[in-house]
Amino acid sequence: MAYVAVKGGERAIGNAHAWLEETRRGDPGLPALSVAQIEAQMGLAVDRVMAEGACHDRGLAALAIKQAQGDLIEAAFLLRAFRTTLPRFGHAAPLETGAMRIRRRVSATYKDLPGGQVLGPTYDYTHRLLDFALAAEGAPPPPPAPQAEAPQEPAPHVTELLAREGLMAREAPAPGEPADLTRAPLAFPASRAARLQNLARGDEGFLLGLGYSTQRGYGNAHPFVGEIRQGSVAVRMTPPELGFEIEIGEIDVTECQMVNQFHGSKAEPPQFTRGYGLALGRGERKAMAMALVDRALMAGELGEERTAPAQDEEFVLMHSDNVEATGFVEHLKLPHYVDFQSELEVVRRMRATATAEREAMRAPREEEVAE
Amino acid sequence: MSHDSGFGSGGYNFAYLDENTKRMIRRALLKAVAIPGHQVPFGAREMPLPYGWGTGGIQVTAAILGPRDVLKVIDQGADDTTNAVSIRRFFSRVAGVRGTTRTAEATIIQTRHRIPETPLTEAQTIVYQVPMPEPLFRLEPRLAETRRMHALADYGLMHVKLYEDIARHGHVSTAYNYPVMVGGRYLMSPSPIPAFDNPKMHRMPALQLFGAGREKKIYAVPPYTEVRSLDFEDHPFRPHRADGCCALCGSATSYLDEVVTDDRGGRMFVCSDTDYCEERQEAAAAAPASETEDAA
Repeated sequence: MAYVAVKGGERAIGNAHAWLEETRRGDPGLPALSVAQIEAQMGLAVDRVMAEGACHDRGLAALAIKQAQGDLIEAAFLLRAFRTTLPRFGHAAPLETGAMRIRRRVSATYKDLPGGQVLGPTYDYTHRLLDFALAAEGAPPPPPAPQAEAPQEPAPHVTELLAREGLMAREAPAPGEPADLTRAPLAFPASRAARLQNLARGDEGFLLGLGYSTQRGYGNAHPFVGEIRQGSVAVRMTPPELGFEIEIGEIDVTECQMVNQFHGSKAEPPQFTRGYGLALGRGERKAMAMALVDRALMAGELGEERTAPAQDEEFVLMHSDNVEATGFVEHLKLPHYVDFQSELEVVRRMRATATAEREAMRAPREEEVAE
Repeated sequence: MSHDSGFGSGGYNFAYLDENTKRMIRRALLKAVAIPGHQVPFGAREMPLPYGWGTGGIQVTAAILGPRDVLKVIDQGADDTTNAVSIRRFFSRVAGVRGTTRTAEATIIQTRHRIPETPLTEAQTIVYQVPMPEPLFRLEPRLAETRRMHALADYGLMHVKLYEDIARHGHVSTAYNYPVMVGGRYLMSPSPIPAFDNPKMHRMPALQLFGAGREKKIYAVPPYTEVRSLDFEDHPFRPHRADGCCALCGSATSYLDEVVTDDRGGRMFVCSDTDYCEERQEAAAAAPASETEDAA
């Protein structure tokens, strides 16, 4: 009964928090996980939290995962709530992902290309057999992986190669400061920049399902992975007090550019179009799904018929944020007994009306039978 | 709402939000007061409490709170529900303000799903937590479309919905979040308060502010503004409550919660407004028996 409006709610909350903390720590006979261990050995979880928490800080993302017992949406929420307290001191220049220090880069459209195919640390070709050797304690670390010798040659974007041939539309640079959803709420129709920001913060599972739906006929996509690249890029910005651009650091990102067929319209010749995905850290699935959804959302601009959920801007953008979604879904467990009481009264009243009407209908008929 | 110098608590600004964010929210509030019932978009922030737990109301309260304010927080009419306790604790932690359960003592009342039974005064502000600010959302989920409908005051859809309810069931089937017209211009969601509370909004002396954090909207009803629940001449709006008396204070006019006491159909009714109920019980205990009868 501690949940309802009896005195003692404050103590109940305190006790619940104490129990939560005990549960989070788990068996005290086992050593506690360190944040550094999480950051180093649960790297993909850390990167997902960083992407959905919209804050590039692996250490804080690891801390959030520890605090949230590995609940990644809860961890993303912790990171967002911290992020929102930070001052905003400007916006960076567009990342030059063409100049990325590459750890992984694959193209599905060309067998070989400048910069080559670089597999990087991927699960793609592993056989998904549980490795019971990992369960053993105290196993020595694996030997270092072989290193490539030659210095990396430049790896221009596949889409740039196509654009030079006129086969792919170039993106016009957006004038002025890009939209920032953390400062101004989303309005519809949304700019591409606002859409991409929304998708970049969006839930991986939601985007995955939507992207998948476009492949199954809901949105008529014909995508090819032009390329996926993952690695470090420099962040540059122009502080107003300096007036010139400086490099402020490096971040790890995953970028996916999907190449999609476009039959052309009256105004545009047939050419390929681009779906764009970018995720902080190593988030290949997220970046790919995002690229599919981004392309589906361009239906309006390209004059394509909008028939599928993934093409519906308001539907996609208003439901992509897992911190918002989990809040509103989970708030249903808060007390609603005032509203439920009012529904009870209405349903009882409507039942009484319906019963009275049925009886009024029945009464004359019985008289007729009697006659 | 008095504002003194900043106040630090654990590294955060007074009332948690930084001053620039508060200024942004206050601007939205001023616009909302100037256009009663109109939803003003604002740059809602992530709060340290989840969306759905009252982040809109919390941001509005944080933006108007001063160190000398006295804050009351209720959920379902009660001061001691877990979420109300949590929000009150949040503000005592980040703003050091005094909390109260007494409606009459509070300068700011943040509420979820109820309006207190005790009439509010000009010296008070009530802040509603709003889950879905758009009154038309069940009929038209697209914000781009509802925006157009508000601009044109095109509310036929809602009237048709109420008409169809009456034609089918003999009653309007909306029991809470019952739509209201504000100042004869904007259709507004009163937040999910029971329809019983709607009449309290009409010409209320207190300022009424509404915050929807997840949906990033603020709206307001200034003091003494006309707030009418939608109805028809031949089917006037009628607020309903459970047909009974409070088992604790005997009130026959307050909004009641139904409490199930066993699994054989046993139930009792108690006031949803815990402060109202306690004050009546205290008054009854203090007064001689004959006067208690009158009070009930």
